[in-house]
Amino acid sequence: MQLTGQGLVCRRSGRTVFSGLNFSVSGGQAMMIVGRNGAGKSSLLRMIAGLICISGGSLALTGGEEEGSVAEQAHYLGHLDALKPSLSVLENLRFWSEYLGRRDTDLEAALDVVDMGGLADLPAAYLSAGQRRRLSIARLVAVERPLWLLDEPTSALDVQSQDRLADLMRKHLAGGGMIMAATHGPIGLHDTIELRIGGAA
Amino acid sequence: MRAFTALLVRDMRIAVRVGGGALMGALFFLIVVTMMPFAIGPDLGLLSRIGPAILWLGALLASLLALDRLFASDHEDGSLDLLMMGRMPLELAVASKAIAHWLTTGLPLVVITPVLGLMLNVEMHAMGWVSLTLLAGTPALNFIGLIGAALAVTLRRGGLLQAVLVLPLTVPVLIFGVAAANPAIVGPAPFGPPFTILCALSMATFVIGPIAAAAALRAGQE
Repeated sequence: MQLTGQGLVCRRSGRTVFSGLNFSVSGGQAMMIVGRNGAGKSSLLRMIAGLICISGGSLALTGGEEEGSVAEQAHYLGHLDALKPSLSVLENLRFWSEYLGRRDTDLEAALDVVDMGGLADLPAAYLSAGQRRRLSIARLVAVERPLWLLDEPTSALDVQSQDRLADLMRKHLAGGGMIMAATHGPIGLHDTIELRIGGAA
Repeated sequence: MRAFTALLVRDMRIAVRVGGGALMGALFFLIVVTMMPFAIGPDLGLLSRIGPAILWLGALLASLLALDRLFASDHEDGSLDLLMMGRMPLELAVASKAIAHWLTTGLPLVVITPVLGLMLNVEMHAMGWVSLTLLAGTPALNFIGLIGAALAVTLRRGGLLQAVLVLPLTVPVLIFGVAAANPAIVGPAPFGPPFTILCALSMATFVIGPIAAAAALRAGQE
């Protein structure tokens, strides 16, 4: 399984964010996207997730499902948590697992992985920023998709949760998955490849 | 199909919980219709004559009132991004949201209409007919408004623009809705033709609405 981008161009509101971007990630590899603020790290992730139009170049995923776009095989963990405050923790997770996934998964186990097992019935409105983040991460565990697009995944997480996320990412990579993460600091993975956008940070 | 029901159930659940706004439209409808006799005065003949028009206008405004949050809240918390990444076509996701919205805001209007007949000096059995026209017509309002709601997300703070865009499109529904409600109250006029056209409008917009709204959402991706 391999995700390849060739000569990608991102244009937003008439301004060229980046152009001529080439990269390639294979199964089991993690790519860190680095660059100064505004270089287009988030734009690249959103582009791969199919949330921004590709202004130029091509993006291809080989070795995945025959049918289905790149976006349908990717998880996007952005700055927003996509949680509904009036639904409980479990209801939020169940909805996304039913909407994005194909089969039933053990949601309780997914909540335990992010150490939220005891909060299943609490409305999401009462969660802290870090807990909301962890609930979003539980979505990646509950629904199996090979490509993880993570935008600043460690933000709002405490040290313990960062370790747990690193474990999850290692497990995902060991299973042949791919990770692309936009980050400013280390996220606890070794042997990663680096993609630099827009010159030195 | 699983994703479709999951979204339907989620939206209905959010709507009926605290702050969901399921009954806001019904409450607005209630207020408009209740205040009308005070403004018009105690002329019972006049009230029953313009009753269907008042009910239909109230229902039209009430269904548009709740629509602007339909996609805006999902856009603000990032849910819309993930909804677009599902395996189900966006058109179906939009249709699912629209049906959930009608069940929680449109259907209550139909249900409370017979009670409001008391305020407008309309007999109970005649109000049943008016309810029936609302049942046939409010889905059309819902699915037309859906397009406006999707455009408003794209344009950011498009609330006013949404009303300007959507209201002209709802004029046919209003005309045929009142025309179908009139025979039961005011007297000899055909019921069948306007009612059939009302049903046709609902069915046509059920197909066009989700497709147009999904296109509007996709166009909003810059």
